Amino acid sequence: MKVIYTDVLIIGGGLAGLRVATGVKERGHDAVVLTLVPPKRSHSSAAQGGMQASLANSKMGEGDNEDVHFSDTIKGSDWGADQRVARMFTHCAPKAIRELAHWGVPWTRVQRGDRTAIINAKKVTITEKDEAHGLITARDFGGTKKWRTCYTSDGTGHSMLYAMDNKAHEDKVEIHERLEAISLIHENGRCYGAVARNLMSGELVAYVAKATTIATGGYGRIYSVSTNAIICQGIGQAIALETGVATLGNMEAIQFHPTAIVPVGILTTEGCRGDGGLLLDKDGYRFMPDYEPEKKELASRDVVSRRMTEHMRKGKGVKSRYGDHLWLDITILGREHIEKNLREVKEICENFLGIDPAEEWIPVRPTQHYSMGGIRTNYTGESQTLKGLYSCGEAACWDLHGFNRLGGNSVSETVVSGMLVAEYISDYLDSSQSNISIHTANVEKFLKKEQDKIDALLCKENGEDAYVLRRRMEEIMMEKVGIFRNGKDLEEAVKELEALHIRSKNIEVFRSKSRAANPALVNAYRTQKMIKVALTVAYGALLREESRGAHSREDFPERDDANWLKRTIMSWKNESDTMPTVSYEEIDINSMEMPPGFRGYGKDLTIHNECTPMRQSTVDAIRAELEAQGKDRFEIQNALMPFVDKLPKKYQGRNARLGENV
Amino acid sequence: MSEEKNRVLTISILRFDPHDPDDFPHMESFEIEEAPGMTLFVALNEIREHHDNSLKFDFVCRAGICGSCSMLVNGRPTLACRTLTKKLDPHITLAPLPLFELIGDLSIYTGKWMRGLNERLETWIHDKESELNVDALEERMEPALADEIYELDRCVECGCCVAGCGTIQMRPNFTGAVGLNKVARYHLDPRDKRSDAEYYEMIGNEDGVFGCMTLLGCEDVCPKDLPLQSKIAYLRRMMVKTALKD
Repeated sequence: MKVIYTDVLIIGGGLAGLRVATGVKERGHDAVVLTLVPPKRSHSSAAQGGMQASLANSKMGEGDNEDVHFSDTIKGSDWGADQRVARMFTHCAPKAIRELAHWGVPWTRVQRGDRTAIINAKKVTITEKDEAHGLITARDFGGTKKWRTCYTSDGTGHSMLYAMDNKAHEDKVEIHERLEAISLIHENGRCYGAVARNLMSGELVAYVAKATTIATGGYGRIYSVSTNAIICQGIGQAIALETGVATLGNMEAIQFHPTAIVPVGILTTEGCRGDGGLLLDKDGYRFMPDYEPEKKELASRDVVSRRMTEHMRKGKGVKSRYGDHLWLDITILGREHIEKNLREVKEICENFLGIDPAEEWIPVRPTQHYSMGGIRTNYTGESQTLKGLYSCGEAACWDLHGFNRLGGNSVSETVVSGMLVAEYISDYLDSSQSNISIHTANVEKFLKKEQDKIDALLCKENGEDAYVLRRRMEEIMMEKVGIFRNGKDLEEAVKELEALHIRSKNIEVFRSKSRAANPALVNAYRTQKMIKVALTVAYGALLREESRGAHSREDFPERDDANWLKRTIMSWKNESDTMPTVSYEEIDINSMEMPPGFRGYGKDLTIHNECTPMRQSTVDAIRAELEAQGKDRFEIQNALMPFVDKLPKKYQGRNARLGENV
Repeated sequence: MSEEKNRVLTISILRFDPHDPDDFPHMESFEIEEAPGMTLFVALNEIREHHDNSLKFDFVCRAGICGSCSMLVNGRPTLACRTLTKKLDPHITLAPLPLFELIGDLSIYTGKWMRGLNERLETWIHDKESELNVDALEERMEPALADEIYELDRCVECGCCVAGCGTIQMRPNFTGAVGLNKVARYHLDPRDKRSDAEYYEMIGNEDGVFGCMTLLGCEDVCPKDLPLQSKIAYLRRMMVKTALKD
């Protein structure tokens, strides 16, 4: 048995995982990062358009601050987010971006003077201030009051990830590449690391650690078409679920991005619309202003995706052999702008569609894009039920996004949650609570169990074909757990997924029997795990009889704060269970800084909770009283919902902006 | 909609499993029906799913962004995921990128190679003096300079330039265009405080910038169209100047 001991085991080498690794290293702890692919190839690299941070440097960002970013995030989440987490996040986002600038990200900068931009299909001149020259600039994104999305052209995730990975090199973080965690080692409610499989040699290795962090990203690949990289299969969530102890939160909260190209589902950034691009139908007609007169193409993602689907259902889609689609028109931005600020989009259009987006429209339709749900944690990133297990980034549900994430908040979350969770983990490691007391014989049991499972897959006869099960699962998710959902489809989806789960216990790896690098074997065990994850999504969606954010039920169109202002919590109690166990976690209105309200899209269909008006009047009264006393925005905020004391000391300071705290 | 008859593609793949003592490198051909908009990503997955589930290859983003899937397509290094089959003849030959450790079939261990390179060239910001204050305004940078750095930062470490390099065939420790581009990127960056002399120590030799024979295969095959030729020339001038100064 090969055992590797470390302080912190980090599963996943994207932005979140690497940021945890450098953070704990800085505090003097050892870390090992397990990663399926070289870290620089992680899905973080595919984030194009930008990172939200309220720097307020550019003209169109003037007046921005943590309060505005917070309010946008909560509205975007349809009040599903944990407001304290959202406060911690918006407070730290400027720090995270400045840190990344220090580590080498070549953020696009403010150029003083006049420049032309396209806003609402019209050319306008924006004059940037002299004193902002050379500071980090920002572009417009959906669902935000200010231009807040900082970027490097449309390769933001790439630049951030390269700087982060290079920093990890500098800090001598140990990175074990092509190692896949396939189960967590745990006993008596405490996590002790993971069993990992070397994808090159097939060797199983036990990693024993005081703290284990899952930062494996989302689970988009349970759908047949997704903008996600093919490695975003939800294996991190699955191994947490399979402990029977750790829980997953809001798995049904799935985001569909409005503009992925047809048919392959590759993303074109929200920056296309942020910079002035338009959505057109088969007649070349700009339809979004009819549905959302105020925000138009820049409504929140869930809203735009639904409106596009509605419009196509009215027969306004462009027919193609791959089904209906709409057009994204960025020709109006001009070639120069596209070749400077949207170059990945241009390359994608050239290579995959054979078109020049400066001349032609791009065929797009809403496509699975982001997983708001994930491993349920406290604000510290620690699982609420399995001690010593942490999670952050898209893999986690600490719950920044509620039921819809704002564009630009994902890469921002990776680095902010990474820097915070690294501190909380370090505090834990500095305490005696983190001491380890697992017997190696028990570690060996976990290892042997995984070895037996692999042997069974390779030796089984007359079993099921993993590809057949997986393709069916993907179809079910696409057809029945999509943008618009209804009880009948969801019920069928859950039933059929449960049947697939039962069949998946009988998977056989045909022909390809190697114990070393073996893609068929990998597909077999991942399919088993993915079906479980898909079940938590479909089942959560079936039970949630309301529409909130990206979860949209045709049979329950209202957002129901009276009954559903709560998080779905899933666990998988016994290995022999064929369904996850569900429970709910109430979201407390009385501790909210921003009580539930109307998001401002379409008709207000909210069924309000009886606590809402009371809390709103309390909030209004506190605000009025403190304003009358001449208190500043920080003092007022602190009176409504204190959060600063929850932050690590080093991140408690106030952010400087031009004209504030400088 | 009228359906044109699809071509039948014959895809010949150089296969070898180094973990199998009985295996030896050999070509194996698969026939598949071409579909509209088909890329090598789609084609190879179809082969794996329907013809041979042991076929090894590396795709991650499948959007031309992550640099995982570089291979020799009809002998030329390129990213497979964004190669449309309709641009190729119906007989397609695929082989793993040379020079990198083989994991199996078309799968190669670029990660290890690139990590070694990054560690050797210390591709991170070297700044011992300025302490970061995360609360303060960020340091300013000229917008044009930031754009210029980003231009070089776009490298995806796919390894195509290494596979297309004549020098590295003879001189295995040669830094290659990927490394020299990184040096140019950090040299350009005012946040990196390394001196010209320090850079000279690193690449002012035959495994560095003076090893390049200017065959420029690197620039020909770079999927991101990086200005490798002009950056290598720039580094050379800079190194000569530094050498003469001393």
